[in-house]
Amino acid sequence: MRIKHHPILGEITEKKIVVIYVDGKKIEAIEGEPIAAALLAAGIRIFRKTIKTAEPRGLYCGIGQCNDCIMEVNGVSNVRTCVTLVEDGMVVKTQVGKGKGGDLDDKY
Amino acid sequence: MINIELLVIGGGPAGLSAGIAAGKCGVKTIVVDENPLPGGQLFKQIHKFFGSKEHKAGTRGYKIGEQLLNEVDQDGVEVYLNTRVWGIFDNNIVGILKDGKTQKVKAQKIILATGASENAIAFKGSTLPGIMTAGAAQTFINVHRVLPGKKILMIGTGNVGLITSYQLMQAGAEVVGVVEASQNVGGYDVHANKLRRAGIPIYLGHTVIEAKGDIEVDGAIIAPVDEKFKVDKSKSFLIDCDTICFAVGLTPRIELAQMVNAPIIYMSTLGGYLPIHDNRLKITEDIFIAGDISGVEEASTAMEEGSLAGVAVAMELGKLDKNKGVKEIEEIYKRLAKLRSGQFGSKRASAKEEIIKKQMEMKGGFK
Repeated sequence: MRIKHHPILGEITEKKIVVIYVDGKKIEAIEGEPIAAALLAAGIRIFRKTIKTAEPRGLYCGIGQCNDCIMEVNGVSNVRTCVTLVEDGMVVKTQVGKGKGGDLDDKY
Repeated sequence: MINIELLVIGGGPAGLSAGIAAGKCGVKTIVVDENPLPGGQLFKQIHKFFGSKEHKAGTRGYKIGEQLLNEVDQDGVEVYLNTRVWGIFDNNIVGILKDGKTQKVKAQKIILATGASENAIAFKGSTLPGIMTAGAAQTFINVHRVLPGKKILMIGTGNVGLITSYQLMQAGAEVVGVVEASQNVGGYDVHANKLRRAGIPIYLGHTVIEAKGDIEVDGAIIAPVDEKFKVDKSKSFLIDCDTICFAVGLTPRIELAQMVNAPIIYMSTLGGYLPIHDNRLKITEDIFIAGDISGVEEASTAMEEGSLAGVAVAMELGKLDKNKGVKEIEEIYKRLAKLRSGQFGSKRASAKEEIIKKQMEMKGGFK
C-alpha cells in the first residue's frame, strides 16, 4: 500500500508511472523506486523460494545487506530488489533456488 | 589505478562528516558508498534530533542529510555512489567495484565509516515473508513511501523500536503492540510515552516464540519471560498481525578492519566486536574509523567522530597546523562528552575510554 498522505512528509509528489512484469503479471511501478517497493505496493511479499526446502522469503533488511530479497530481473539471477531501481518494462521473476538467469559473475 | 590522499569508505553521517572535515583542509578526498544515494540511514530519520543546538537538535534527520550533502559538495569532495569496496590490501590499495568494473584505489589514508547492521532473533517461523528489520520498515515507509504491512508487531523497545513504531503509525499502519523481553523499556521514555498515549500496548517481560502463517506472516504467539529470560509457554497467547519487525540492536560492520588485521575487542555496550582505536580513532598506521563501526551510538556522535577522523587525517598529511588541529580535536571531544552523558551515554563514554586505554597498553603501537 502506498503512503499518499503523510503528516510530516506531506503529499506524495508527482511521479512517473511505468509498468513492470512480475511472473508474467503486469503491475504499475514508479520509475526509480526499488523493485521491492513496487512489489509491496502491489501486495506481493514472496520474492523467492529457498534452494533446499523451497521456503518462501521476502524483504528483510531493505538496504542491500542481507540478500534475502533477491529475484530474477531481466534474466539475471540474484538481483537485490531492495536496492535495484525500477525501469520501464522490467521483467521480474520469483527466484527458485539459484534461479535460471545465471549469476552476476557472468556479467562482470 | 586511482591515486588519492584520503579514501572514506561509507557515505553516511560519519563518512560525509569525515570528508567535509578533511576537504575543508584541502585534503584530496573520495567518499565511496555502495548505495545509489549517500547519507546512510539519515534519510529515513524523519524525527527531530535530540540534544543541544550544536548537535542540530530539533532538526529532522533527513534535513541533516541534505545539509551534509551540500557541504561535501562545497568542499570539493568527490562522492562515488553505487560503488562497493571488496577488499583492502597491502600498501593501502583498496579494491572497488564501480560501474560494473573493478578498479584499484591507492590512498595515503583511509577512513572506514561502514556503519552497523541490524540484529535478528530466531523463533519458529522467523524467516517468513512479512518479518523484517525495523530499519527495513522505516526505509520503506519514509523513503519509498510504501507500507510493508497493515498490522505490525514490533520486537524491541530501544529507540529504534519505539521511533519506528511511531513512524509506522504516522504512515497509516496499525501497530498492534511492542514486545520487550526485559522488564523495562530500553529507549527514552519520551518515545515510549508517545506510543502509550496512542494506546499501543507495550508488552514488557514478553517475547515472540512463534510466527504463524504458511507462506506469509498472519500472526505471532507471544509469551511472558521472567527476569532470567525463561519463557513461560503456558501463558502464551496469539496476536493478530501481518508483519513483525526486529528492533533488537545493531552490530558494527568490521569486516574491512579485520581484513587489515586491526586488533578487535568485545564491548557489549557498543554493540559487540569492534576495532581497537586510539583517541584519534586510528586503528593501524594509515587507517582510521568513525561512526557505528567504532561502537554503535547515534548519528550525532557519528558526525562528531567523522569530523575527528577527518581532522586527524588532515594533520597527519600536513594539511592542517598541528596546534590548530589539536584545538579542534579538543573541541570535538567536549561536544562528544555532552552526547555521551546521562543514563545511557555515560556507559558508552566509559566503554570508549576503555578502548583507548587498551590501545595505549598495546605493545609496539600501530602496525
